[in-house]
Amino acid sequence: MSKSVAELQEMARKCRVEIVKMVHRAQAGHPGGSLSEIDLITALYATRMRIRPQEPKWPDRDRFILSKGHASPGMYSILAEMGFIEHEDLKSYRVLGGICQGHVDMKWCPGVDFSAGSLGMGLSFGMGCAVAARLENSNRRAFVMLGDGEMQEGSIWEAAMAAAHHELGNLKVILDRNRIQNDDFCEEQMRMFDIPAKWKSFGWNVKEIDGHNMSEILEGLDFLEAEENCNGPSILIAHTIKGAGVSYMENNPSFHGAAPNDEQFHQAMIELGEVEA
Amino acid sequence: MTRNAATRDGYGQALLDLAGNEKVVVLEADLGKSTKSLHFRKAHPERTVSCGIGEQNMLLVGAGLASSGFIPFASTFAIFTERAFEQMRNGIARPNLAVHLCGSHGGTHTGTDGSSAQSIEDLAVFRTLPNVIVLHPSDDVSTRLLTMQLAETNAPSYMRTARNKTPVLYDDMDPSAIQIGKGIELMDGKDVAIIACGVLVSESLKAAEMLQKEGIHATVVDMHTLKPLDGKLIEALVQRCGALVTAEDHNVIGGLGSAVAEYLVSNIMAPLEMVGVKDRFGESGQADEMLDLMEISSEFIAKAAKRALSRK
Ligand SMILES: Cc1ncc(C[n+]2csc(CCOP(=O)(O)OP(=O)(O)O)c2C)c(N)n1
Ligand SMILES: [Mg+2]
Repeated sequence: MSKSVAELQEMARKCRVEIVKMVHRAQAGHPGGSLSEIDLITALYATRMRIRPQEPKWPDRDRFILSKGHASPGMYSILAEMGFIEHEDLKSYRVLGGICQGHVDMKWCPGVDFSAGSLGMGLSFGMGCAVAARLENSNRRAFVMLGDGEMQEGSIWEAAMAAAHHELGNLKVILDRNRIQNDDFCEEQMRMFDIPAKWKSFGWNVKEIDGHNMSEILEGLDFLEAEENCNGPSILIAHTIKGAGVSYMENNPSFHGAAPNDEQFHQAMIELGEVEA
Repeated sequence: MTRNAATRDGYGQALLDLAGNEKVVVLEADLGKSTKSLHFRKAHPERTVSCGIGEQNMLLVGAGLASSGFIPFASTFAIFTERAFEQMRNGIARPNLAVHLCGSHGGTHTGTDGSSAQSIEDLAVFRTLPNVIVLHPSDDVSTRLLTMQLAETNAPSYMRTARNKTPVLYDDMDPSAIQIGKGIELMDGKDVAIIACGVLVSESLKAAEMLQKEGIHATVVDMHTLKPLDGKLIEALVQRCGALVTAEDHNVIGGLGSAVAEYLVSNIMAPLEMVGVKDRFGESGQADEMLDLMEISSEFIAKAAKRALSRK
């Protein structure tokens, strides 16, 4: 549980390498949103999640719901780091019969608690997990990772309203605010205006952080867990960079759902400190 | 040399070709790059409405536009059109508003995105809606022509296109032979008739070639319109061949096979073998791997043809 900032950063770096390798090997998949979310997921798994990698179905485990399920390479890389799956399994990403399906799938991969792929569904599912925990007097929590484009789905707001109505203090959202969706920047596709104000007005506890600054991320997770914020649902709005860590992917909508070629792959491995220039 | 192309490209081209009609508007839900409406958006941003990732809203915006005299073409992935099914039912089909919905990346053929993206029920659900025309063309040429015809119809429609490339069939075809509601006979044989749609039309042609080597002569029909179904043609096929096979990258429940079976039981009986996804979900795999895994590729179509023949 007590990992230093430097250790977390190194863990996230290793995950970034795996993310790029997975997408390059498959020549398909979603690197941008995997790289933007990975510092957040790393800190969450390595310092907060109450889980037993050897017993993935332990009933009292915290749930992590990757609602933006296309960003699966990010999740698979941390599941491998935590020991839910083998690093070798990462090679099965998008391969017929492989446990690492294109979108995270609870039927296929240990440690995955939600079958994603259709945006706007994970928050409702997380609410169900939170209600179940309450009914069972369990102190387990449900953490949900949302995309910013995903927030445009109306169902997100049905869930947001319902979770606040039911004062689900055990429901915690992290929003990957990377400002890009599939076709383009969110600003071009669908402006969302004051995002923190929207969640506040829906009755949520809200905090904004830099989603690539490990110390700020830890503070943000403290906020989600703080006793005074367990009166209702809470959201961490993490400002991130889509494609973070690979220069040509950063802030580039083209790498939402495209794989690097061999040359670009090599460059990414250099930039991520995996091979020497 | 056969040319390969994806049907979604035919859709994108048709929207551009239709742009001269000022009433044509395009609606997007953050998948324009994928469904290929992006070309229209680039050329006519003023007539393109971005709805963000919000399919339900998109369809009813389309209904409002149609009620105001516009001709809206809305697209997303086939699977996500299903999220707006009730909007399509109550907001579009019921008042019979001509909103044209295109679902790209249909079927298991869509590949490594996996089961969440592989719609195997879209044709079935939209076929249940009164007033709605349901199309699933087989190549980019016919997709383009059929999409352009939709702009002239006064009825709502659902058209499934595919993500991945398949052989182009109609480069040399007289365009007037490609009409909504009319199946197209691609091969003529008297032993068995294979009725297919979408990506399985070219698989059916391969199956017919395999059968020919064994002395079995198959008719192959591209039934790009599932609704209204070309009943006249089915009747003719029964009379000519006496045994039928349907082939679709879709659940065997509710799609083309069901449509043909419904027609047969009420009109004219003949043995029918239905090739389709056997009521199961897909998984991540390459397009060709998926067709084999689902047992819907050419060899399975050929086997089904022999079974149908033996039941004559
Ligand atoms: C309901 C639904 N509509 C459309 C899609 C197709 N799609 C996949 S990812 C994506 C963009 C997501 O953007 P965002 O939520 O911002 O994710 P991120 O930037 O973190 O990758 C879209 C439109 C989908 N998966 N689900
Ligand atoms: Mg985003």
